[in-house]
Amino acid sequence: MNIAVYYGSVKAIEDVSFNVNQGEIVAMIGPNGAGKSTALKAVFGMVPLHSGDMLFDGSSISALRPDEHVPLGISLVPEGRRLFHSMTVIENLEMGAFNRKNGDIKADIENILDMFPSLKEKRKQKAGVLSTGEQQLLALGRALIQKPKLLLADEPSLGLSPVYVDVIFDKLIEINKAGTSILLVEQNARMALEIAQRGYVFKIGGIFMEDKGDMLIENEKVKSAFLGG
Amino acid sequence: MAYLLHILIIAGIYIILTLSLNLIIGYTGLPALGHIAFACIGAYSSGILALNFGISPWIGLIVGACAASFFGFVIAFPSIRLKGDYLALATFGFGVIVYSISKNWIDLTRGPMGLPGIPKFSFFSYELQPVWAYLIFVLVFIVFTTFIINRVVDSPFGRVLRSIREDEVASLSIGKNVNRYKITVFVIGAFFAGIAGSLYAHYITFIDPSSFTVMESIAVLLMVVFGGMGSIKGSFVGALTLVILPEMLRFLGMPSSVAAPLRQMIYGGLLVLLMLKRPQGIIGDYRFR
Repeated sequence: MNIAVYYGSVKAIEDVSFNVNQGEIVAMIGPNGAGKSTALKAVFGMVPLHSGDMLFDGSSISALRPDEHVPLGISLVPEGRRLFHSMTVIENLEMGAFNRKNGDIKADIENILDMFPSLKEKRKQKAGVLSTGEQQLLALGRALIQKPKLLLADEPSLGLSPVYVDVIFDKLIEINKAGTSILLVEQNARMALEIAQRGYVFKIGGIFMEDKGDMLIENEKVKSAFLGG
Repeated sequence: MAYLLHILIIAGIYIILTLSLNLIIGYTGLPALGHIAFACIGAYSSGILALNFGISPWIGLIVGACAASFFGFVIAFPSIRLKGDYLALATFGFGVIVYSISKNWIDLTRGPMGLPGIPKFSFFSYELQPVWAYLIFVLVFIVFTTFIINRVVDSPFGRVLRSIREDEVASLSIGKNVNRYKITVFVIGAFFAGIAGSLYAHYITFIDPSSFTVMESIAVLLMVVFGGMGSIKGSFVGALTLVILPEMLRFLGMPSSVAAPLRQMIYGGLLVLLMLKRPQGIIGDYRFR
């Protein structure tokens, strides 16, 4: 599972190894440019691996295109939400369910809306007019409708009001309790470690520490570096 | 009267070109600048087949459209990974290459001398000689093109195209093979451009490389942008306006040596004005960011 990713000839991450057990929330924290997002993108196949291998449910996913991950049960909440702004809330959710062939998509959309009541009132509105927090919820909903086994969340709290940061993290816990494993990349290290069972701390180009979430919060080095003393 | 019908036929051919380019630029958001090259391939394919091998224009039309489609795939396959301006440059380069080949491969295309005497379409033994008959013929193809493009953009496939236009990363994250969609769009767009080229060749009965310069690609692009990106009605408005408007210059009694450059200037001026005042076009719903 040791993977390396190069952007051209520039080494982004090297000798990075991590795993997510079933039913876990795993957080990746670390400074800007450390390679957290790159590692997440590598999992989703958005950047090619230079070396190494990644396994999901026992089979290799290293060579898959991004779109081939979704049917396997890996979904991504992209950094910066990336909604379809000119489409309505409902249409965005429908887009998420586009590749599903089975099941009652209409009912699933209603379930997602029940989960996010603030979206329910605005179902016919364009995604572009929603608040940043609501947009993040919608991005989360769009990934959830694919019924992932593993949810990849890239900086879900970025640019959100404190109230919505709490809402998002509550939802992540809720999603996890329902049986979805979560791999979370976050700037908000304290919040991320509080909800995560395990965490990986990145330094530039690799991982320098792995531990249980609450242990990392207590760790002096992590404290001084990322948690503000 | 014949003159009026002639203008309408030319406008009709441009409508087909504009619709097909709108699919690529307007609906999918891919800046393609070499669209006339596909028309060039369509025109030369069916022209050469008819002249050198005596093959019916009907078959030539189909072969031309398929050849254009094939080259749509050939250019799309390597360059589709390029983003934005780079894709524009790659397709621009493709347009220049096709133009140069048509101009310099004398054995095949007779180069700048062009191909004269291309036969017209005929129904059984009835040749489409009168202008009005050809206008109806072109109208049939406009209806056909509109129908197909409308079906394409109104389908789930079309919604994916719009999602690619809005946000490529998001489209990837919901499990779309974005590149495959983009290549398909190029193939479909090139197909209809090939039809337009073939219709042109068998109508004018003479083709030479000067009809397929890069400026022509820009003119078609302008029609798409003018009418409105991502709008079928817009393509009609754009093509009709920009074909008919410059014709008005003739009635001002200008010699063609003045009228031709003036046409370019009007196009350029319009483009600047449009970008400033109404970047989404007359009835479009999308603008470049």
